[in-house]
Formats: sequence, structure tokens, C-alpha cells
Amino acid sequence: MSPRKKKVEWKRIDGRARNELRPIKIESGVLPNADGSAYIEMGRNKVIVGVFGPKEMHPKRLAKPHMAVLRCRYHMAPFSVNPRRSPAPSRRDNEISMVIRHALEPAIFLDRYPRSAIEVYAEVLQADGGTRCASINAATVALVDAGIPMRDLVVSCAAGKIDGKTILDLGDYEDQKGEADLPVAYMPKLERVTLLQMDGVLSPEELEQCIDLAMEGCKQIYEMQREALKKKYGVEKEGE
Amino acid sequence: MSSRHGVLPRLKRRKIQEAVESGKRMDGRGLEDYREITIRTNVIEKAEGSAEVHLGETRVLVGVKIGHGRPFEDTPDVGVLICNAEFVPIASPLFEPGPPKENSIELARVVDRGLRSAEVVDFSKLALIPGRQVYLIHVDLYILNHAGNLIDASAIAAIAALRSAMKPVYKVEEGEVVLTDEKEPLEIRKMPVAVTMVKIEDSLILDPSADEEEVMDARLTVTLDDDGNICTIQKSGSKGLTLDEIGKAIDIAVKKAPDIRGKITGS
Amino acid sequence: MSEFFESRDIVIPGDVLFEGRTRTGDNTYRSEGKVCATRIGLVEYGRGIVSVIALEAGYNPLIGDLVVGEVLDINLGRWVVDIDAPTPAVLTVPDAIDAPFRPDIVMPDILDVGDTLVAKIVDMDRRRTPILSILGRDLGRVENGFTVRITPSKIPRLIGKKGSMVNMILKETGCRIAIGQNGRVLIQGRTREQEEIVVNVINRIEREAHTTGLTNRIQEYMKSLKEEHV
Repeated sequence: MSPRKKKVEWKRIDGRARNELRPIKIESGVLPNADGSAYIEMGRNKVIVGVFGPKEMHPKRLAKPHMAVLRCRYHMAPFSVNPRRSPAPSRRDNEISMVIRHALEPAIFLDRYPRSAIEVYAEVLQADGGTRCASINAATVALVDAGIPMRDLVVSCAAGKIDGKTILDLGDYEDQKGEADLPVAYMPKLERVTLLQMDGVLSPEELEQCIDLAMEGCKQIYEMQREALKKKYGVEKEGE
Repeated sequence: MSSRHGVLPRLKRRKIQEAVESGKRMDGRGLEDYREITIRTNVIEKAEGSAEVHLGETRVLVGVKIGHGRPFEDTPDVGVLICNAEFVPIASPLFEPGPPKENSIELARVVDRGLRSAEVVDFSKLALIPGRQVYLIHVDLYILNHAGNLIDASAIAAIAALRSAMKPVYKVEEGEVVLTDEKEPLEIRKMPVAVTMVKIEDSLILDPSADEEEVMDARLTVTLDDDGNICTIQKSGSKGLTLDEIGKAIDIAVKKAPDIRGKITGS
Repeated sequence: MSEFFESRDIVIPGDVLFEGRTRTGDNTYRSEGKVCATRIGLVEYGRGIVSVIALEAGYNPLIGDLVVGEVLDINLGRWVVDIDAPTPAVLTVPDAIDAPFRPDIVMPDILDVGDTLVAKIVDMDRRRTPILSILGRDLGRVENGFTVRITPSKIPRLIGKKGSMVNMILKETGCRIAIGQNGRVLIQGRTREQEEIVVNVINRIEREAHTTGLTNRIQEYMKSLKEEHV
């Protein structure tokens, strides 16, 4: 290597490595009035999720005869973003609500509760890129906390590309300025993907890299979900 | 977990009434005791100000966003303060998603009146270009868990959030408002405190729980400023109050408000 | 060994508990030759069966269950009763007064909206609506006392082996207790202090249901609560 070549180290805006997740904190059973609940911080994202049900479905005409209806609502607090946003649901909120529902449905034994409803409400208290993934991670913990029977947990994170480099867990800046954003949700034991979206441009190789990064991220987050669930019972590490 | 259906069982109603008559409420409190209050500020770093208040199991999160915009037409030279309340579904099985219903509108307006009547900030100092651009302060009350007495909890959280808020500093260049990098605290002049009581069986009880609110005959909120003056009153509920009861309620509120204010200042 | 955990380990939905031939017990399901957990709970390896004792679960109504509920609504000839099940339960007039429905029966006189009752689930209709009956000893409208909630899956801990826990509570406090399988417990005591002791005990069992040595700890706890009140 030529001694005159200067080595410029590329860094992410917050100094993270390419495959590094932001700090994550998950707590289960945080809301007394909900049947199940969870709170998550992923970097500066703060999302709280409440689950109600299974319960009677209203209006009755929308009930399904052979299975429960899963209703998801993703909602952002007006103070969660800069500048303040209206509390009324936007089209983006509606799309994300649906995407969250599709991510969670495969994991839930909905056919055990015909004509009933299971409601998942995700409230974003502070947003910093990746709130749909944070919502799914917390929603899963909240569903287990509510005692809803599940096939597996659902874990979610996003990979993407910025400055030509593929990265894991995009923050707000990377979301806005990057070249691609790929949120993924995954059931780790059943090895099934339940959410896959992309926006931006990726070559097939980059796409594969992104998926690998996302899978790595999901594996780590999965352990945190497990710990959060067990913590309530005074068991923090596996094998205790 | 609270009742899903909003039908308070007769048994519970009776127990609450008996408890009130005995002077010791269902949760062991005396008739004039508040539940434990904890206040945390700066919980939402991206907002200009924020506070989360726990009043017993009632939890309210308030976010303060400060920006700039057009003033109200009838007060063109002063800053704008707008309160909004969200009764989000996670807070109670009785809250449904959708636009604000009368309860949440009432809450926002009662808290708003308290802040405005007490003149929590000097609004005349918040004009940037009089008649065209002023500071806009949004106070958003987010109910995280409903266990009764949302008004008092929200009022405490609103003051705590405003006290710890940092407003962006603007300068005016060529008739336009320009953001600088500086921030400065909002100067809080007064700290209005709401004291809510309900009437059950001829007794006035403070800081009602959710069940006590279901059983109540009437509810009265009295908001006091730092000088012991009353700056907001709100009565709700389906039965009436005698003048005597109202007088008594005001006395109780005047007595209690300094304690609550003390919790906010940490003294 | 095809057992992946030890009995009483805490497992999470999706955890593979067993690989191979065995019967699937409560809160488990079979997928691709493996038995997995469906709820968070304590795994139990029995003889030829693997199950999970759920730590969090809603109420799953079964015929024969004793339940404590509240009347939500009155329809023609029937009451709609909330028993914390995925769908509300139904109590018809013949199952309440052992006589056929007549139009001149004033239903609110028998049971009104907001009344609490102790009932048995005697049937489930095609749509899994629990059908109740209050014909029987110690069943019917509740006149006094109050109810507290406990997670339904923790009810067995409240009852104890052959009733050991609940009998101990009855003896120490002198309260009457009706334990609904739906997670609602009716407490009737002569004094408020007694009732409060029972409430505290139930809350403690709720928190510590997954631990061992609970019966002894609860006994000590009750003794200390009684001393406080003296």
C-alpha cells in the first residue's frame, strides 16, 4: 500500500458499526389496564403497546365465524416528531397498521377464538426511524404478556443502505438520506418471514447482504424479547 | 385490569359507598388523601418539554412542542397556547380509537383554562413579529393509564412539562422568522394546580379512583394559582351540588393546592 | 434425550419442548414432529405427555366450571353475563328459576344489570357461548361481599393441593370465599380487616404463583397481616 494513501474511516452518523443495533430496552407488563403490554426503546424510538382480548367483536357484522379478528392500530403522539404532527391518523399510519397486522397474524392461533377480536394498539411516544419494527417487537411481547396463544415470537428490524454501504437498523437520518430501507419481521423458531418491505434501490447482492444483516439483528433482538418476558418472573438469564 | 364494559357491579358500588361512609376508602385512603404522586421530566428528549406523572395508577404523559406560527386573529400580538388531550385505547378498555370525545375535550379545555387564567406564561412576551408570527406552544396530554382523576394528573404533568421546557430562540431577519441554535427556558410565572373531588353519599372525596368516579353523584374541579386565587372551576356529573357543598369544596381545594404544588417544585 | 428443558423451567411461545412421540398437553402444539409451547409458562414433562402451566392466559371456559360474573344486559328470556371469557355467557330463565319462561316474569327482579352472581357453566352452544345455570347450592345472586381478580391460570395455586391453600385462608380469616375458574374470587367477611387480608393474600399469590414454598410463605404472611391489624 502506498504510504501516501490516507485511510479515511467511514463512520455512521452516530458512530455505529455497519452491523450494530442501537441500544434496546424492552419491558413487559407495563400498563395495568391492558390485558397485555410492553414498552420498547430502540435508540431514541419509544413505543408502548397495549393488547386487549380476546374479547367480543364489535361491530358484530365484521366478526369472522371461524377465527378471531386481529386489529392493529399504529398511532403517533403529536410530540413524537419534529415538527409536531396532528394526532389524526395519516395514510402512512394506516398502511403501517396493516403491515403490523400482517407481520403478527401468522404467529397467533386466531382460530382458537371464533367471532372474537384481539386488539393491538401501538403508541409511538418518540420516533427516530424504525418505529414499525419497534412496534412489532413490543407488540409480540405484549401479546405473550396477554396470554394469547402463539406459534412463535415475531422479531423485527430494518436493514438498508447509505453512502453505498449496507447497514443494520437505520436511524432517522439514515432513513431519510439513505439509498434503501428494508424492514423485516421474522419468526425465529419457525424460520418464516412475516414482513418484508423495501424502498429505494438495491442490487441483488446488496439485497442479500441486507437480509443477512436483518436476520443477524433479529437474532439479537429475539434474545432481548425473551429476557423481557422472563424478567417479570425473576428469571433473567436462560438456564436459571 | 379494570372492568371491560363500564358496568360497575352493584356490589362494588355498595362497597365504595360503605367505605366512604366509614371514612376509609376501598384502597385504605382517607377522604381527603391523594394517592402517591411521582413526576419525571424530560422523558421525551425530542420534544421541547415533557413530563410523565403517576397519580396512583393513573399515568399521564405530556409533551410540549414549541414552534412559531400565526397568532389568533383576536389576539394578534401575543403567543398561542393550545392544549389537546388524547384518550388513547391503551389507557383503558373503555377508550376507543377515533377523534376526541367529550371527555377528552373537556379535559383539554379545563387544563387549558387553568393555564390561561393563571397566566402561566407572559404571552405578550411571546410575539415575534406582532400581528404575523408568534410563538406557538402545543401542550399535548397523553393518557397512558386511566385509573381515575385524569384532570389533576394532567394539570400536574402540564405544569411540570412547561417548567422544564426549553424554547427555541428565533431572530427576525428581513421580516422572516429564523431559527437560531440557542434555546432558553420558558419563563413560568404561575403554577396553577387542579384539585378534583367527587360527591358520594353526602361526602366529598378527593382524587377519585376510576371506580369512585363511576359511583359519584357529581364532580367538581377547582384550580388554584400560587396566590390562592381560584382560576378555574368545572362541575360535571348528573346530580347537583348544594351551595354549602361548593363552599366546602373550595375550602378543601385551597387547603390542598399548596401540597400538590410542592410536589411539582420538589419542596 | 428428547426433552429440551427440565420440568418447571420457564418457556416462551415457540420453544421446542420435545421431539418425538408424546401426547400434547395444555398450551402446547405440534409442528413438524416437535412439541412447542404456545404460552409463557412452566413446562411439565409428565408420563407420555408434555404440557405448559401458563403464567399468563385468559380464561378458557369449560363445561363444569364454577364462575363469578356480572349481568351486562337483559334480553327476552335471558341475561347476558360477563365472565371474562372471549364472548359473554348466557343465563336463561329456566336455568335461573327452574320454571319455563312466562311473559309476566319481571326479569330485573330476579337478576338486574350490574348484579354479581355465582354460576356453573352447564353447556356451550355451537358458537362456543358459555351457557350458565344458577340452580344449585351456593349459586345465584350475590348480596354482599366483593370480587377481586386473579389471572385464571393461577387459580389452581389459590386452591392448592386438595384445597390446602384456600382452606388455610378460610381458617385464618374466617371469610367465605367463592373461587371462580374465570379468575374472579368472591370474598365475604364479617369485618373489613378480614376481607383486606384475603385481598392481600390473593394479590401475593398472583405475583408469586410460579415459585415454590408458597403455601408456607402465605401462612407466615397472613399471620403478620393479622398482627398488624390487632
